[in-house]
Amino acid sequence: MAEKSALQTMPAASALGTSAWKDSNLEPFLQLLISGIATGAAYALAAVGFALLWQTSGTINFAQGEFVSAAALMMVAAMHLLGVGPLVAFVIALPVALVVFGVVFKQVLVERLLKRGDFALVIATLGLSIFIREVSRLVMGAEPFAFPAIAGDGVLRLGSLVISVNDVVTIALVALIIALLQLFLKRTFVGRSMEATAQNTEVARILGIDVDRMILYTFLLNAALITVGALLITPKYQAKFSNGEALGLVAFMAAIVGGFNQVRGALIGGFLIGVLDNLGAYYVSTTYRSAFPILLLVIVILFKPEGLFGRKEERKI
Amino acid sequence: MSQPSLQNSDPSASQDPVQPSAALEASGLDSTVQGYVLQQMGTPPILRGLGLAALGLIVVGLVLGPTQMRNYGLVLVCLWAVYAMSVQGLNLMLGYAGQVSLAQAAFMGLGAYISTLLVRDAGLSYWLAMLIAVVVCTLAGALIGFPALRVKTHYLTFVTLGFNILITLVLRNEQWLTGGTGGIQNIPRPSFFGLELDTNVRYYYFCLIMLALVTIAVWFMLRSPWGRAFKTLRDNPARAESLGISVVSHTLLAFALGSGIASLAGVVYAPLIEYIEPAAFELPRSLMFLLMLIVGGRGTLAGPFIGAFLVTILPEWLRFTQEYYLALFALAVMALMIFFPQGIAGLGDTLRRKLIARR
Repeated sequence: MAEKSALQTMPAASALGTSAWKDSNLEPFLQLLISGIATGAAYALAAVGFALLWQTSGTINFAQGEFVSAAALMMVAAMHLLGVGPLVAFVIALPVALVVFGVVFKQVLVERLLKRGDFALVIATLGLSIFIREVSRLVMGAEPFAFPAIAGDGVLRLGSLVISVNDVVTIALVALIIALLQLFLKRTFVGRSMEATAQNTEVARILGIDVDRMILYTFLLNAALITVGALLITPKYQAKFSNGEALGLVAFMAAIVGGFNQVRGALIGGFLIGVLDNLGAYYVSTTYRSAFPILLLVIVILFKPEGLFGRKEERKI
Repeated sequence: MSQPSLQNSDPSASQDPVQPSAALEASGLDSTVQGYVLQQMGTPPILRGLGLAALGLIVVGLVLGPTQMRNYGLVLVCLWAVYAMSVQGLNLMLGYAGQVSLAQAAFMGLGAYISTLLVRDAGLSYWLAMLIAVVVCTLAGALIGFPALRVKTHYLTFVTLGFNILITLVLRNEQWLTGGTGGIQNIPRPSFFGLELDTNVRYYYFCLIMLALVTIAVWFMLRSPWGRAFKTLRDNPARAESLGISVVSHTLLAFALGSGIASLAGVVYAPLIEYIEPAAFELPRSLMFLLMLIVGGRGTLAGPFIGAFLVTILPEWLRFTQEYYLALFALAVMALMIFFPQGIAGLGDTLRRKLIARR
């Protein structure tokens, strides 16, 4: 009973309900929560990029997950060929990702398809996802590669609590990136122009904003976000050509759950899915762990289709 | 309903089934006029003759084919027929009713597992099991479609995506029933009123007949007033609604029937391969069905045949491309979206339109 009262001081824990507790133990819960937040943080980066693309250009990027896995494989290639660590590999991979997933993706594919409507673009990005996956397999093979964590394998011990240093670094890094992103979007002229483009493209154009340039910036921003996401998430899953499938799905679900039209929606959606995945696997069922995010998705679609934190959009006819 | 603008399959107006209103707005009145002109002019007799001759050749080839084919080739063509069936179901939803389903593979899997388990564990005949599986999956399609459509039409796509993942999870995890990842082996070939469909040649004809029945059924549906309501729905939901067509019930019906057709494809698939496993029915397969339809040409009866051909039989003919085939196919999808978004079966129409516009 003493433990029960300790729980009540934690709102998140008491919300879960006591029946879900296997052995009324706080430590595994906190540990899972923290590693779930760390995983979710990396998901959130991909989801935020996904939502930004959707907001500014109406692009539903089905190849987002493949972007992440391809960025990870680029870093693996850099590490193997040059014998450098993950951070140097990141610095090498970033410009490549900016060019390929930012400029080339936007200018060659999106630019030509936007005027055909979003359905053609969805199909084309679906084709692109298969293309990237196949090329990754042809170049890097089908075997997974180990991927070192940027902060190593160390652990922090707080009493009986064991926390991975890398998880803490991941969370801190993502928090920093999101804070910088928000500052950029809210405080700088370019950022505010991008926001304006996202909120209402026509009005932004009337106000004299170079909309096409802002859309290009969004694609560059997305490329940077997925490369950081790849750096942070890949140590958990290893680098493999086929990882993009699951990752893309998570980014997609996070964006829908949180709300397509809000950066913070996609952000919280990413965290929610990371945490739900970890806690669900431990407390309910390991074999059905990938069902929890989907159930969340379906519930959100049925009861709050604009997303948990999204705005309602008026129908345009 | 006698207005030609309601009946024509105007490609520019149907470019974007997710937001048909936007596409219609973009093309404006001009496309309606163009479509009307197209319909009045009709297909030049020589083109129509050539088309019929090609169709006849293909049908004769398919019927006489087995005498020239080895077992491997036969199974491949059967697989083509099964995929074409499933894609035809998707065509009914997307090409005509404007709904994207990403659960075709899941419904195929449901059909395959339900029929196989009913034959193996309940001792039912294959044909009764087929009937039950198709009815169950049609109802399941309606059940999934209903709540999603009530909210917003294209959320149906997201729900079907989730449904496909959930179904394969259940197939994988409920070992006691489905055999888990190992699947179910040694599925017997059925017999039809004493005629054993045990050889590959006989099963080949069975697949062909099933494909023909599905295609004819879809053709009849589309020619009925009910099918025409579909097309109006796809091209302009607002107009359809003003004509008294219930958007929700029609879309739902298309969705349920398309799911039922996919499950029928699954029922035929199981004894063909004689082995089913969850991996055959996962989400990527559903995405592939979608690509087959788009590349083949949505909204045309021939589209699914072409799309399934490109994914099953063409890779065998282009053996030299080997492991590059899928990458090339993906490139072709992107190129097609840029240059011919109506797909291969829509190519003729696109060209015809350009010719007439120039005249």
